[in-house]
Amino acid sequence: MSRAAADGGAVRRRQHAAGFAALGDETRLSLVNALAGGEPRSIAQLTDGARMSRQAVSKHLRVLQHAGLVRSRRSGRENLFEFNPTPVQELCSYLERVSAQWDAVLGRLKTFVER
Amino acid sequence: MQNRIEKRLELKAPVARVWRAISDSREFGTWFKVKIEGPFVAGRQAEGQITHPGYEHVRWKAVIRQIEPERLFSFTWYPYAVDPQVDYSGENPTLVEFRLEPTATGTLLTVTETGFDKVPASRRAEAFRMNDSGWAQQMKNIEAHVARGG
Repeated sequence: MSRAAADGGAVRRRQHAAGFAALGDETRLSLVNALAGGEPRSIAQLTDGARMSRQAVSKHLRVLQHAGLVRSRRSGRENLFEFNPTPVQELCSYLERVSAQWDAVLGRLKTFVER
Repeated sequence: MQNRIEKRLELKAPVARVWRAISDSREFGTWFKVKIEGPFVAGRQAEGQITHPGYEHVRWKAVIRQIEPERLFSFTWYPYAVDPQVDYSGENPTLVEFRLEPTATGTLLTVTETGFDKVPASRRAEAFRMNDSGWAQQMKNIEAHVARGG
């Protein structure tokens, strides 16, 4: 692997690790849910549905952005935030692998105790 | 979103039998495919050599947490800690719990693994590699084995 590719991988890994920590918070999870439909939203729209201050929403959005779960783009005079599904898909795929491993291991346990 | 693994399994064997298969390190090693050195002791690290074909070079390590006879067996470990070049000890482990309940026909076993939000992405990449390099084949072998043994 080239040096550049290795560095890129390390950056991506750090982002993903932050992504999973970011999802451990209920408020941020609710913001992700609000954006998961795919429609970009402004801070004002997200604050309306969130029962918290614009400041608090903004703070949580920054954490999500840093983790790569949310992207923002400029639209006229406001920032619009949108969901980036890739890190979540990766966590789901990972859990599927671990889950498949457990199925195999527990299949062997079943055979072992029932014979 | 789902951030844990939970498996529920009906076993046609009495709780005492299932408990022994899980809590006796030698029996555990038979189906988990690892040759464990010494017995499981709560609060102590258990170690052994993986016997699964293709992974014989890998050390298996877990810290045994709870041993509550015929009810609960738990340990923490680093899932997919298969690269001998990597020191995993600085990372956050996941918690694996085996819970046993008697049923009319045998034992209900519930296995949970939690703490995945703290597993770094580098490890997840390993899981993908493992899958690419033979996990699918292993699954087939095991399915065949289970189908034979019932």
